[in-house]
Order: sequence, then C-alpha cells, then structure tokens
Amino acid sequence: MKLYEYEAKNILTKYGIPTPQGGLATSASQAREIANKLKPPFAVKAQVLVAGRGKAGGILFANSVEEAEKATEKLLGMQIKDVPVKSVWIEEKIQIKKELYFGITIDRFNRNYFAIASAVGGIEIEEIAAKTPEKIIRFPINPQQGLRAFHARQIARKMGYMGNRFFELGKILKRLYNVGMDYDAELIEMNPLVETIDGEFVAADARIIIDDNALFRHPEYKKRLLEGEGELTTQEVEALRNDLAYVKLDGDIGIIGNGAGLVMATLDTIQYYGGKPANFLDIGGGASSEKIATALKIVLSDPNVKTLFINILGGITRCDDVARGILEAKAKARATKPMVIRLVGTNEKEGKQILTEVGIPVLESMEEAAQKVVEISKGGR
Amino acid sequence: MGIIIGKNTCAIVQGITGAQGSFHTKLMLEYGTKIVAGVTPGKGGTVIHDVPVFDTVEEAVEKHSANASIIFVPAPFAADAALESLENGMKTIVIITEHIPIKDSISLMACAKQANATIIGPNTPGIITLGESKLGIMPAHIFKSGNVGMVSRSGTLTYEIAAGLTRRNIGQSTCLGLGGDPITGLNFVDTLKLFKNDLQTRAVVLIGEIGGNLEELAADYIIKEKYTKPVVAFIAGRSAPPGKRMGHAGAIVMGKAGTAQSKIERLQSAGVKVAEKPNDIPELLVKLVKT
Repeated sequence: MKLYEYEAKNILTKYGIPTPQGGLATSASQAREIANKLKPPFAVKAQVLVAGRGKAGGILFANSVEEAEKATEKLLGMQIKDVPVKSVWIEEKIQIKKELYFGITIDRFNRNYFAIASAVGGIEIEEIAAKTPEKIIRFPINPQQGLRAFHARQIARKMGYMGNRFFELGKILKRLYNVGMDYDAELIEMNPLVETIDGEFVAADARIIIDDNALFRHPEYKKRLLEGEGELTTQEVEALRNDLAYVKLDGDIGIIGNGAGLVMATLDTIQYYGGKPANFLDIGGGASSEKIATALKIVLSDPNVKTLFINILGGITRCDDVARGILEAKAKARATKPMVIRLVGTNEKEGKQILTEVGIPVLESMEEAAQKVVEISKGGR
Repeated sequence: MGIIIGKNTCAIVQGITGAQGSFHTKLMLEYGTKIVAGVTPGKGGTVIHDVPVFDTVEEAVEKHSANASIIFVPAPFAADAALESLENGMKTIVIITEHIPIKDSISLMACAKQANATIIGPNTPGIITLGESKLGIMPAHIFKSGNVGMVSRSGTLTYEIAAGLTRRNIGQSTCLGLGGDPITGLNFVDTLKLFKNDLQTRAVVLIGEIGGNLEELAADYIIKEKYTKPVVAFIAGRSAPPGKRMGHAGAIVMGKAGTAQSKIERLQSAGVKVAEKPNDIPELLVKLVKT
C-alpha cells in the first residue's frame, strides 16, 4: 500500500527527521490558512499516488499567499494520469545546496533488506543507477543486527560527508531505517534528501510503501485503503474487501481463474491469440459459490467487458462445486454476456454435466478455450 | 531419489486441527507420507486421522522422532510456528500459509540459515517426491513418477503443466513450489543446484513469473556452471502492466525491473528453451530429451 507524501512526511517528522514546514489543504481557503502560517516562497504539491507527478505539472511554486491559493485551486481541478487531485500539500520551499538519495528496500535473492544511498538525488533511483552507477552505495542490512548507528555513519561517510554534517546525516539515515521497520515498509525513500544552503538535511520528498501482508499491524492505513481513499479502482476495492485479487486492465475479455500463476498465464494465452484481457481476477483456492458470485459481479461491473472466460483447474477444489457456483452466480448477477468455461480436475464429469445441461459449453483445454473466447470477442465487435 | 524429501522424511503437521490442516493431513497420509504427530496449541491429547496431537513441537518430537514440518497456521502466527520447529531441530519446513509479512519472513530465513535448515515457501503448494512423500496440498493424481524435476513460483500453473507432462507420459522426480512471496526459503538457483546432484532428475522445468530477478539469476547460474541438464521454462505475466500486483505478493513489475521479457531474454541467452504457452512445455521437453 502506497502512502501519500503528506502521510509519509508526518511519520518522518514524528521520528525526528526534518521535513519542510507545511500542511494539507482540500480547498483554496484552507490553503490560505496554511500559507498564512508559513514563510514564503511555497511549494504546492498535488497529493496523488502516481509516479511522475512533477513532470505532469503536479508541483507548483508560489511567492505569496495569494499565489499559493491560486496554485491550490488549479491543482484541485486537475487530473494527473486520470487520477483526480483531492488534496494538496503546501510547504515552505527549501533552499537547495545539494540533492541526495537514501532508501531501503528488500533483496529477494539474499533475503534481507538493503539500503541504497547516493550523493546524487532528485530523480528516480533507476535513473541515478543508469546515469551514475559509480555513485550508488548498496548496503546490505544484516537481518539479525538491523541497521545500527555505526552502519548509518559508514553510509554517511561514503556519501562524502565529514564532521558535524556527517554525524547529523548518519542520525537521519538511522531514523529512516527505524520508520521503515516500524511501518513494515517494503520500500521507503527520501528523494531528494536535501542539504540546504544553511547546511541542514531535510527530506524534501518521501515515499513509503507498506507491505500489504503487514497491514493488519497498521489498521489506520488498512482502513483508509478499504474506504477507497487510495490508488485503487472501485472494482479493486470491492475485490480487496472480499479477499479476491483483482487488477483492472484495458481489454474487453473478463477473466476469472484460480491461482495467480494460472490466471497470469491465462491472460498471456488470450493475448497470444490476439485477444485483450479486461482484468486479472484470482478467486484463490477452494472458493465458495458466494465468492464466485462476487467475482462475477466485480468483473461484469466493468462496462468494457464483452465476454467472460472462466478458467478453473480443480485440484482440491471440486469441479461440480464450481459448476453449481457458476450457475448460482449467473442467476444472481443476471449475467447475460457470453461465457467460455474451461473446467478440469476433480469431479470434472459431474461439473461438466451440470453446465452443459443448461446450455453452457465446457471445454477441457485452456488453449482451445482461450481461442474460442477471443473469437467471440472479435465477432461481437 | 528426488530432492529434499523422500522415504526417510518423517513429518509433523503444525495447525493440524484446522480445516486445511486436517483435510490435507488425510490426503498426505493417503499418499504415503510419514506423518508422526500434529501440533495445535490447546488441542494436545486429541487424535486426528490416527495422528496424535500435541500442544507444542517440543513435546511432539520428544515422543515421536521427526525431521520435517508442514505449517497450516494463520499468517500472523506462522513465522512463530516455523521458529518453533527450527528450535526443535526440524531440518525441512514447508510453509503453506499465505500473507506472512515480509519483515517476519526475512528474520525467519536468517534463523533457518543459521540452523542449516531448508524452508519451502511461504505461500507454496509444497513439495512432492513422486512415489515417496508429499508435503503439500497439490492433487497427487495429476503427477506421475519419472525423470523431470519441476520448480515453480505458483500452484495451479504448476498443476496445469504437470498434468500436461503426465498426459504425454513424461513423469516427474520432485515438484516443488518456491512460493509466491517476494521472500522465500528457496530460490531457483538453490533448486537447480539440488536437481544437478539428483541422479533421478534428467531435465528441469522452471516456471517463473514477473517480479524480482530470481529467474535472471538462475540464467546466470546456468551459464556460469555450464549446467548440464536441459532446462525448459515458462514465464507467466507477459501481459501484466507495471506497478500492479498480480495476485501473488511477489508478482509485481517495479519500474523497469521484473518484466517477463527480461526474464525470457536472459533465460534464452543461457540456452534455456522458453515456452510461449504452458501447454508447449511437453513438446519442448520431448525434443530436448530425445536429442
């Protein structure tokens, strides 16, 4: 789960990491109130969870309270990559001497966290790595010790600082690590971490992605996510509430299957035969008929869906249960769109019979079924 | 033969009294897996499918000698259950549980390394060594004993491909799911090393998916080691958009990292045949093993 910049900055502040003075506004009048308490010039930043906000015009600068008000109005009327801007963060513009990068993420191969630091910042870390690979400092974190204060100082030293500055920077890096661990971050970064002309270190922008599997330890954010206040579409939130994995895509063939890998492979096969999947939906193992009904409802609530492909490989799941579930769901959801169903595995015969009796054809091969649904989707155009 | 588990595997089941634990214990017993005890705190003294249940792993292994554990415990408590098994000397631990936080997995894997134990999963269908032992939830009837080792990041996709192999009369040695999480106990390189030394295994099917770079590292390993056994691969998620998690916690393209294309190209450069569709795997394998 991605946190908004203002959420991340509020957390950093709580941990003693300097961030620019600022406040959150959802209206121009609120922006005025906030700006009145701050020292100009200001930065006015749209609070959206899409990458490339700056390039898309989501960050404006203002020299006076009036300008901040106007900038807020402008941003609140904007959509950034199709996402409407609902709030802005207004802060004091900092005087930059140097932009740095510091972040912590996971290393899958070595099964640990590692820190990445660079004396160059302000652009995406991938870009820094591509342009100046020699400036990237990769620092693996021993899972049993964690990142200790002396490790943080080692990194600060490698970033080229000495004396008081070095000591200050080390403290900030260590604090960011503490935030990352306390908030179960799978990614946390300060980019840029700014050295100001006054010689202070300030996190000018911050990003935190909380591990979805750890959200039970962070109920306030889980609540925000389930209330739909985030990057997810309506269907994605509905799926999340029902413990289904759904991702919206831009095609017209609705997809339902069991198991993430199988569903991904289903999308690939549809694409291979020239079709366009409308979504990814994994019902997981042993789904009940209610769950299948919900899945159908979610997929069909996307107006782009013209046909439906259900791909079930029953292992522990019984095909007759699935077939009954589909019928129930079909009646409940009043689904009239054409469906192609591939159903194999345990109790396959019984399942097939239940569906063919009511005129729903059932196929055995995933490829054959994929070809068929692509054909139907093209014929319908 | 086969890898990691076999005839000498004696297992305990943690979370044996839950719906999943109990159901799969029955199926594993039917397959012939040696299950000597179950553990559910608070249910000690009961018996399930003729398997005695204990409150703690310590007690279970005092009374019955065991070297492996399979875990069906809810996510918030699963890492703890695995640590309990590690401390009590289990050398192979299969974690079926999905949704374990990354932080918990990272510290667990560090402890496992210290204890010199193998963890399979989390978020895995488990492992099956054909005709010998099954520690997992995979339907046994789709497999057949033979010479192909399978390693995968996903469950049902593995079943799809295994069933395809079996239909073509291509049997398997050991099939194992690494797990769909970003942090897992085993990775592709570890498994390729094990298959390399297994006499029964003559070829390997590697089933990867988007996210991370473990498939790329496997390709590098194959080149570096001049891996002698033929490897055939399928990578799921060619059509997945960046920044979206495709069901598995680990299946996500971040920026330009972790794409199917990068994995496919790297594997092909290592001489691995990469199937375009899951059903193309048997054909590729038949060609390779014949020549």
